[in-house]
Amino acid sequence: MGKLDNKVAIVTGGSRGLGEATVRLFAREGAKVLLTDVLDVEGEALAAALGANVRFMHHDVSKEAEWQSVVAAAESAFGLVSVLVNNAGIAQSGPMETLSESEYSRVIAINQTGVFLGMKSVLASMRRTGGGSIINVSSIYGLRGSPQTIAYTASKFAVAGMTKAAAMELAPDRIRVNSIHPGFFATPMALGNQAVVDTVLPLVPAGRLGDPDEIAQMALLLASDDMKYATGAEFVVDGGFTTY
Amino acid sequence: MDRMKGRVALITGAARGIGAATARRFVEEGALVLLTDLLDAEGEALARSLGANARYLHHDVTRAEDWARATETVTTAFGGLNVLVNNAGILAAQTPIEQTEESDFRRVMDVNVVSVFLGMKAAAPAMKASGPGAIINLSSVAGIIGTANTAAYTASKFAVRGLTKSLAMELAEFGIRVNSVHPGYVDTKMIADMIPAEHAEAFRSSASPLGRLARPIEIANMVLFLASEESSYATGSEFIVDGGFTCH
Ligand SMILES: NC(=O)c1ccc[n+]([C@@H]2O[C@H](COP(=O)([O-])OP(=O)(O)OC[C@H]3O[C@@H](n4cnc5c(N)ncnc54)[C@H](O)[C@@H]3O)[C@@H](O)[C@H]2O)c1
Ligand SMILES: NC(=O)c1ccc[n+]([C@@H]2O[C@H](COP(=O)([O-])OP(=O)(O)OC[C@H]3O[C@@H](n4cnc5c(N)ncnc54)[C@H](O)[C@@H]3O)[C@@H](O)[C@H]2O)c1
Repeated sequence: MGKLDNKVAIVTGGSRGLGEATVRLFAREGAKVLLTDVLDVEGEALAAALGANVRFMHHDVSKEAEWQSVVAAAESAFGLVSVLVNNAGIAQSGPMETLSESEYSRVIAINQTGVFLGMKSVLASMRRTGGGSIINVSSIYGLRGSPQTIAYTASKFAVAGMTKAAAMELAPDRIRVNSIHPGFFATPMALGNQAVVDTVLPLVPAGRLGDPDEIAQMALLLASDDMKYATGAEFVVDGGFTTY
Repeated sequence: MDRMKGRVALITGAARGIGAATARRFVEEGALVLLTDLLDAEGEALARSLGANARYLHHDVTRAEDWARATETVTTAFGGLNVLVNNAGILAAQTPIEQTEESDFRRVMDVNVVSVFLGMKAAAPAMKASGPGAIINLSSVAGIIGTANTAAYTASKFAVRGLTKSLAMELAEFGIRVNSVHPGYVDTKMIADMIPAEHAEAFRSSASPLGRLARPIEIANMVLFLASEESSYATGSEFIVDGGFTCH
């Protein structure tokens, strides 16, 4: 008996990192999962390893037309959708004077517009399901400032705000919308910048980076029927980083 | 069924409401639980119905000597202490500040805040000795936003939030995580007593954007997550379960 038996979930950016851990845990808990990403080789391999209840589809979250195909594919493979994890995202770092408008816009397109398009595209399916749970992966940088991350921080604050607006708009449909705010986790994104890891690690009260499974567990709780009264809230899992 | 297997927990105010639902969920998931409260008949009956892994103890959370007895009882009965849930609390009468008695204000601070301080102080030695653990403090949406005529309750629930953060920093190095839970309106006696029967229906449907009150088990499931190893990287944070009440 899994916590997500009979549920159909879409997880974006599911080929690696936090998304991969979420796909693995959701599948273990009985969900049927469509994982999407721009990394086809890793995504195909993960889906193949997890069996018939997990499929991969190529998907750029910043493209509205692709979202329509993704939702249609999830419905035809597995049935009506009840869980969406908007996890895909890209990092950005560097002083703002060297950040071009097109680089800024690309971060916004993927991290922010991608979340809007995902919520918009999955709505009709969730309404027919009779409700659902949307989980938007923001960041501690969706709550606090940090230097040299102007586009990333803008996009992650936007995700927290959109989550609340959508939660209020969709409550009558019993579609719950919450944001998760990870601290620093051992994924290719974070480990890709050793200088950042070295700087932040001493600042984490827990004394270590998070394990991707620790975000997957938070997403699982929010996706499950155990949390049917939670909507519009921020769920921080950061080893105490924003406590001080 | 074993998310709390072998974990020892102390839950205050566990005779009814959110505390009772939490005790039930913990035992279902394999925990050994000491339930404490002032309501002995209800507490004893609940503990009996939960079987050998649950015990009940009379415990006034405002009294340090009662806390000493509670931590002594739980460690003797179950061999340690991994999880403390500071759930006992009271709601003050809703009154404008001019009509709020100083003694009532102090009473609410005593039951809702001093209790949490005493509880963490009393439990810390046993918890440190028992390895990784978790403390969950019941604040409220009243610890997030302001409402009129609730000065004492609001002050008390903001204080719980602050206590939580300070202890999260202090206990991190011992592997003890400390978080607060912030329910919206929950269908318990606390709320039933607050709302006149003739307004109950209207109150329920306007209690949150989801159009209903929370069921106690919906808060218990949040507490369970924070008590279990599933939340092993969460500390010092506020976990809001309010049907969207604080989104606006
Ligand atoms: N790792 C951390 O410390 C951390 C902290 C806070 C927030 N986050 C957030 O968590 C999410 C996952 O991050 P991660 O650490 O696993 O990163 P990651 O880089 O390891 O994984 C992100 C995945 O998203 C995919 N992706 C990127 N652009 C895409 C697009 N346009 N369409 C579809 N997929 C796309 C990538 O190919 C990759 O597989 C991101 O939103 C990130 O901002 C991560
Ligand atoms: N019900 C809600 O809507 C709601 C909302 C937000 C927060 N909360 C909080 O959740 C917690 C539980 O509330 P509930 O709704 O289950 O209330 P409840 O009144 O049903 O239960 C509270 C329990 O605490 C016990 N208690 C009171 N004073 C005590 C003392 N001095 N020592 C020991 N036990 C004592 C009571 O006997 C009772 O069994 C409280 O801290 C409350 O403030 C409740």
